[in-house]
Amino acid sequence: MPSSDKREKEQSILHNLDWFTIFIFVVLVAMGWMSVCGASYDFDEGTSLLDFSARSGMQVVWILSAMVLGAIILCVDDRLMESMSYILYIGFMILLFATPMLATKAIKGSLSWIKIGSFSVQPAEFAKFATALCLAKVISAFSLDLSRWVHLLISGLLVLLPMVLIIMQRETGSALVYLAFFLMFYREGMIGSILFAAAAFVFYFVVGIRYAEEPMWELSQVSMGEFLVLTGIHLFAVGLMWVYTSLRKPFLQVLLLGTTAYMLALLYAKYLIPFNVCWVQWAVLAAMVGYLLYLAVREQLWSYALIALFAIGSIGFFYSVNYVLDDVLEPHQQTRIRVLLGLEDDPKGAGYNVIQAKIAIGSGGLHGKGFLNGTQTKLKYVPEQDTDFIFCTVGEEQGFVGSTLVLLLFLILILRLIHLAERQPLRFGRIFGYSVMSIFLFHVFINVGMVLGLTPVIGIPLPFFSYGGSSLWGFTILLFTFLRIDAARNRMMH
Amino acid sequence: MEKKYELGKRKYVLAGIACIIIFAYILRLFSLQLLSEDFKRNADSNAFLRRMLFPARGTVKDRNGKLLVYNQPAYDIMVVMREQEGVDTMDVCNALGITRDWYERRMNEIRDPRRNPGYSRYTQQLFMGQLSAEEFSTFNEKLFCFPGFYVQRRSIRQYTYPYAAHVLGDVGEVGPKDIEADDYYSSGDYIGKLGIERQYERQLRGEKGVEILLRDSRGRIKGRYQDGKFDSAPIPGKNLVLSLDVELQALGERLMKGKKGGIVAIEPATGEILCMVSSPTYDPRTMVGRQRGANNNRLSRSPHKPLLNRAIMGQYPPGSTFKTTQALTFLQEGIITPSTPYPCNGGFHFKGFKLGCHAHPSPLPLIPSLATSCNGYYCWGLYHMFSNRQKYASVQDAMTRWKDYMVSMGFGYRLGVDLPGEKRGLIPNAAFYDRAYRGSWNAVTVISIAIGQGEVTATPLQIANLGATIANRGWFITPHVVKDIQDEELDTLYTKRRYTMASPKQYQYVVQGMRQAVLAGTCRKANLPDIAVCGKTGTAQNPHGLDHSAFMGFAPMDNPRIAICVYVENGIWGATYGVPIGALMIEQYLTGGLSPESEENAKLYEDKHIITIDDALIR
Repeated sequence: MPSSDKREKEQSILHNLDWFTIFIFVVLVAMGWMSVCGASYDFDEGTSLLDFSARSGMQVVWILSAMVLGAIILCVDDRLMESMSYILYIGFMILLFATPMLATKAIKGSLSWIKIGSFSVQPAEFAKFATALCLAKVISAFSLDLSRWVHLLISGLLVLLPMVLIIMQRETGSALVYLAFFLMFYREGMIGSILFAAAAFVFYFVVGIRYAEEPMWELSQVSMGEFLVLTGIHLFAVGLMWVYTSLRKPFLQVLLLGTTAYMLALLYAKYLIPFNVCWVQWAVLAAMVGYLLYLAVREQLWSYALIALFAIGSIGFFYSVNYVLDDVLEPHQQTRIRVLLGLEDDPKGAGYNVIQAKIAIGSGGLHGKGFLNGTQTKLKYVPEQDTDFIFCTVGEEQGFVGSTLVLLLFLILILRLIHLAERQPLRFGRIFGYSVMSIFLFHVFINVGMVLGLTPVIGIPLPFFSYGGSSLWGFTILLFTFLRIDAARNRMMH
Repeated sequence: MEKKYELGKRKYVLAGIACIIIFAYILRLFSLQLLSEDFKRNADSNAFLRRMLFPARGTVKDRNGKLLVYNQPAYDIMVVMREQEGVDTMDVCNALGITRDWYERRMNEIRDPRRNPGYSRYTQQLFMGQLSAEEFSTFNEKLFCFPGFYVQRRSIRQYTYPYAAHVLGDVGEVGPKDIEADDYYSSGDYIGKLGIERQYERQLRGEKGVEILLRDSRGRIKGRYQDGKFDSAPIPGKNLVLSLDVELQALGERLMKGKKGGIVAIEPATGEILCMVSSPTYDPRTMVGRQRGANNNRLSRSPHKPLLNRAIMGQYPPGSTFKTTQALTFLQEGIITPSTPYPCNGGFHFKGFKLGCHAHPSPLPLIPSLATSCNGYYCWGLYHMFSNRQKYASVQDAMTRWKDYMVSMGFGYRLGVDLPGEKRGLIPNAAFYDRAYRGSWNAVTVISIAIGQGEVTATPLQIANLGATIANRGWFITPHVVKDIQDEELDTLYTKRRYTMASPKQYQYVVQGMRQAVLAGTCRKANLPDIAVCGKTGTAQNPHGLDHSAFMGFAPMDNPRIAICVYVENGIWGATYGVPIGALMIEQYLTGGLSPESEENAKLYEDKHIITIDDALIR
């Protein structure tokens, strides 16, 4: 009997449920609601915060229904979800395909919303869940080894399909979220260099274009974008030497000589005679590539050659992007890319939202202005301030203390999810867990980054904060499904 | 197994990425929220309300200290779009006396970012400007019923006299171009549009002040930021003193009633403009406040062109007044001496070419030729100058020399009066005729320029300035209407003498000729008792209609105090309108009033009309 009791207890969902994660979830949702109140509350109308005609009131409805949804998911058998994953994936792909046709009207040019009764639903928010489930199923069921190119390609196609379908709905931002799955791929064996190279190339592209027109200092001939990218290439190569080669002396030489050279050049250009510092950087990079090739021959090590190749490829990529942007594309196409990158909000006021967001956050100070007391978010028209730019309100009303707390809570949630994923006895659970973690991380990274003016303006919501039922439900489903899988982790042991 | 171990380590990489991102963001928050200066951080924030404090515009007085332009309190109705929703539109319309149509149109204009570049739903926008105290009182009583509507105190221009509209000019709301051109202005501000209001905008406008107020999240004012440490007080505009004599101006406008043309009087010693009349004219008081737009429209559409300042924009043939310049040129160039006689048998006859003249003794020397305004004399003079191949290599050279004389006397280019829109007139040069006649021309071809006809044109201001140079015997100071700017030096342009190419000796003969014209010549009507008036008539042939009547003169002959040009379009003979009006003006200025006979004379000319005007706005 005691053993049966113990067994029952071990099997019980309530016992095995990770209450810590649920606690963080509840805190985040509560803070999210306060922010929506702050961003959408209208003093002149004098409506109550719980009035359902106001967004703060509606958000209560979304939160309560999301909690009910979470509870329901906890009652569903995790094995049922696993077995349903193919059907769900196929179903959602069909839905995504059909969405542009079902979408009654374009909301800001996007065709991603379907109207059901008086509510609008965005299928893309739920397709993430189906994709995560399907990937977990495929990779675990067929024991895919993602360090093999074919297996990676198959998994990659599963990610690419919803991305293409969502781009067809003109929702590039939501499509980019699917790139988060590559973090999970990395954990499941994908070669690390792919992730690294991808990150590096995104860095070159975004930084290179974004700061191309900005001089290093007033009247300097040096483009900040070019300088940063060339510095980046140098440092990335040095980093690769650290990770993939064992000789420490060449590593130190390349690192110290290179940085000293262009720092000195920078000081010389700034205080003595202005000249284009990038020339020095090219010299440094050329010397570095030559040295790496020499090492490759001397040490008979491919790694050095590959790092040299990476550096050459990086330089080639950066300058060809610039060339294509400046000389091949028509001005209106350039504008479109810049808008896509969030470098231009609209033809008139480039970066208007970001400037407003920074002012709002800056005005929060240490403690913030207090609940509902944000002047910036309430009196000035910050577009999307209760959806994509919700973090402004946190910054303004809760100040440095509150916004840091929110960021730390997200970090704890993410670290907790990694921990939970790692303790899964089955690969299926771990893959799904990493998928959930990656999606959260990507959303927080892009959303908060754009509000702080660090990442391109890509319109994706901040989990649990941004107003709207679809995104809140989507994140809740992801989180609680994983918690349900996690709660069943002990079943295998008996 | 080893590989498995490797992959397990990757959780640290992923956790590390997450940690780096979050800590980088916290650092960014730290710099945004804690490192930057409080004021700087909030400078553009809505917690601050930057309320503009408008300075009083400078006042304007005439040369005798009579106040011409001053300020009167007025009220601008401002609206905050965000807050005005739900206001009873009909009520607002009734309180302001506007139609619903106008209301809707105005609201749409405010919302249009192209017409209203600084538009924001959350800040005050100008709804209706420059309401007088009476217009505003009804609205003020009901202001509490109109949330979102605010009142901004301003001042509007008021004019003591109905005169000198063209010189004084007016102010109006800034346009999008003004705002783009100068950061100082923002939507709803006022700017000088015409006359000295525009020319001296920088001096008159003063400097706006600003008051920084703190407000809470509901937009309520919570007091001044740091007790006004960052506030600045408005600096009032500078006052101007004009050189105009408003009494003289008033008489000039009276005498020009029902006529087209202009009068300009200048104090020769200083270049100060004593009066500048352009007719038809209008009352500057009709260009104030809300009716400005409609009235301005009406004036600009009128066929009489009352907005045109003919005194500086009208380009007329100077006619015989121009003969003085020819006499000076011929004398200085040694073409003639004062005693050189030229024949005139009813005009200038040369190889079949004929330019008529009126009956007078012939041949005659210089001084009588000026007194009788003989055409033949000046045609011969010009002929001898332009045909003199000992002195000038070609007719082109002679022409260039001639042109330089005219330019030195203030013709052919803008004089530089301190009013916007001055025209330069036309003094042809050799290249002009080379183009017109393909290089084949001679003195006879261009002979009519000798009597101020043909291609030559000048503004009444330039003709009056000619009077001043003769009065000064050879120099002038650039004419100007502003005599004094508060706390500021006058531009040296308006204090420096400009010398002509003719010497003072030659001027003595011309002065005598002009004196003779008054005593026994064409200007006898200008012969005032006790005042030695010098004058020259002008009867300018007008290919488009009746001849223009002109008079150019100065008085007294020694130590002149006034130089004048009267130009009446289609007035036929110089003696018909030009001379008597000029004489009345001189008498008014020099004796401070009109004698009873002159007063009667003035009434006579006031009622002699050449054109009929059927618009009450236009005088």
